[in-house]
Amino acid sequence: MPKTYQPSEKIPSSEITPEKHYYTRRQFIQLAAAAATTAALAACGVRPPEGEPLPNPSAAPSTSPSPAGGSEEKLTSYEDVTTFNNFYEFGMDKGDPAKFAGKLQTSPWTVEVYGLVNQPRTFAIEDLLSGYTQEERIYRMRCVEGWSMVIPWQGFTLSQLLKAVEPTAEAKYVRFETLYRPEEMPFQSYKGFPWPYQEGLRLDEAMHDLTILSTGLYGQTLLPQNGAPLRLVVPWKYGFKSIKSIVKIELVAERPATLWNTTAPREYGFYSNVNPDVPHPRWSQASERRIGEGGRRPTLMFNGYEKEVAGLYAGMDLRANY
Amino acid sequence: MKAWPYLRAAAHVGALLPLLLLIFDALRDNLTANPIQAATQRSGTAALVLLLISLACTPLYTITGYADFSRLRRPLGLYAFLYALVHLSIFVVLDYAFAWDLILPELAQKRYLIAGLGAFAILLALAATSFTLTMKALGKHWKRLHRLVYAAAGLVVLHVAWAEKGNLSTLSGDILKPALALAVLLVLLGLRLPPIRRRLTALRRTPPRRVIRT
Ligand code: HEM
Repeated sequence: MPKTYQPSEKIPSSEITPEKHYYTRRQFIQLAAAAATTAALAACGVRPPEGEPLPNPSAAPSTSPSPAGGSEEKLTSYEDVTTFNNFYEFGMDKGDPAKFAGKLQTSPWTVEVYGLVNQPRTFAIEDLLSGYTQEERIYRMRCVEGWSMVIPWQGFTLSQLLKAVEPTAEAKYVRFETLYRPEEMPFQSYKGFPWPYQEGLRLDEAMHDLTILSTGLYGQTLLPQNGAPLRLVVPWKYGFKSIKSIVKIELVAERPATLWNTTAPREYGFYSNVNPDVPHPRWSQASERRIGEGGRRPTLMFNGYEKEVAGLYAGMDLRANY
Repeated sequence: MKAWPYLRAAAHVGALLPLLLLIFDALRDNLTANPIQAATQRSGTAALVLLLISLACTPLYTITGYADFSRLRRPLGLYAFLYALVHLSIFVVLDYAFAWDLILPELAQKRYLIAGLGAFAILLALAATSFTLTMKALGKHWKRLHRLVYAAAGLVVLHVAWAEKGNLSTLSGDILKPALALAVLLVLLGLRLPPIRRRLTALRRTPPRRVIRT
């Protein structure tokens, strides 16, 4: 039996610091802009008005996160989690999903679970919500683009669903597929990507207790931009592995094709485990920007879940199997 | 007609506007949830657009015969350099907080940054020799040196193409911006080819009498 993690085991609550102790993005960027303005005004011989000093960057709180340190982590705000998204079905800008995902019809919604299983089944989303106990999981989410969040999800372990359909002995991988409905997902008419979005996991990764199907976050039902009504969350892999708005789950024998791996195989491997030692041609994988903070923090091996998942890859060359 | 003062004023205001808007949005915390990325992208885009507009000045003069366009080339090129400097400073100061142990491997490792660095080095050299004095001192070498601006623009196109999540050669992924920049750059280069240039000059009905004052 897999052990049930309490949220506190994901990120110790001692590491979740109260907001007031934190050097927030707002302070950080405003200080920077103010400093730039001051410098510009000074350069033009303009002085700030007396008695109204502009903020000075050196007065910043001493807890400012440095790339070298900082284990303190706090939840990313609900606003940022729901307005800063990659969901290319709605456009390539981070603001596009929140703007355009409103058209997505999430009800009725069914999820077909089929392939190398003894009990193929099509679940209505309501059955998934009521049939499995929804628990909270606070996970780090690390995007391959070098930014990260901390999100309180609700959901249930994927392993429960997979056990219900009884994978056969030949089943080695799980393939996931997102809804394909260009009328509601306008960017699916752009031919630069092989729609529909597909993702895949090795069966043991899919059965791991950290892997969940999420139905909500921050105690609210998932919004379309976050992958309503059902999405995968695999916290030790780059965010794009956590496929959204799932309609199909297929058990297969061969490693399935995935959208990003098909688009740029040398950049997005099948595994795509968070790994600070495997560089990416575009973004730094050694460090990351935590949304809501200034500066950078070091990226952790397996996104900080090394203790839980390293065993899945024992003996594998993670540089070759990126 | 004395259009030049207006043209010049419009160019300065237009060129400074992106910077003012960037500072304004930063002060209002209106730079998305990832403000450093937004600021990097906005300053980079402004640098590229201004570089392309400054490259369009000479062809615009060739087509219209209106010599004042040529006078915009230097200030617009310098603004492009200013934005490139802001862009690079955001990277070094705001993004990496001078953490050279992180910055240097990035610069050495990522091809898009190598291209960006090359473009920046060229723009720096051109800005440093843009004064009338250095221009005179360098004589005919100045012109040769400043032709490198096309290499800089080409490197920026590569920088952007490699920075975006797409692949220009297979036309897949996110390629809109680099494809657009490449198309504009190729048109501008094409307009400079001597035969095309001569045709354009001949097409003009009234050849200009103005001399270029740089
Ligand atoms: C060493 C020099 C440079 C560095 C370190 C640098 C850094 C960067 C970075 C990190 C990005 C990616 C931003 C992101 O999407 O997250 C970027 C994009 C970009 N850079 Fe640079 N850059 C450099 C030189 C230049 C120069 C010289 C120009 C133009 C004259 C330029 C124009 C751009 C443009 C247009 C983009 C794309 C913006 C977008 O995606 O909207 N860069 N640069």
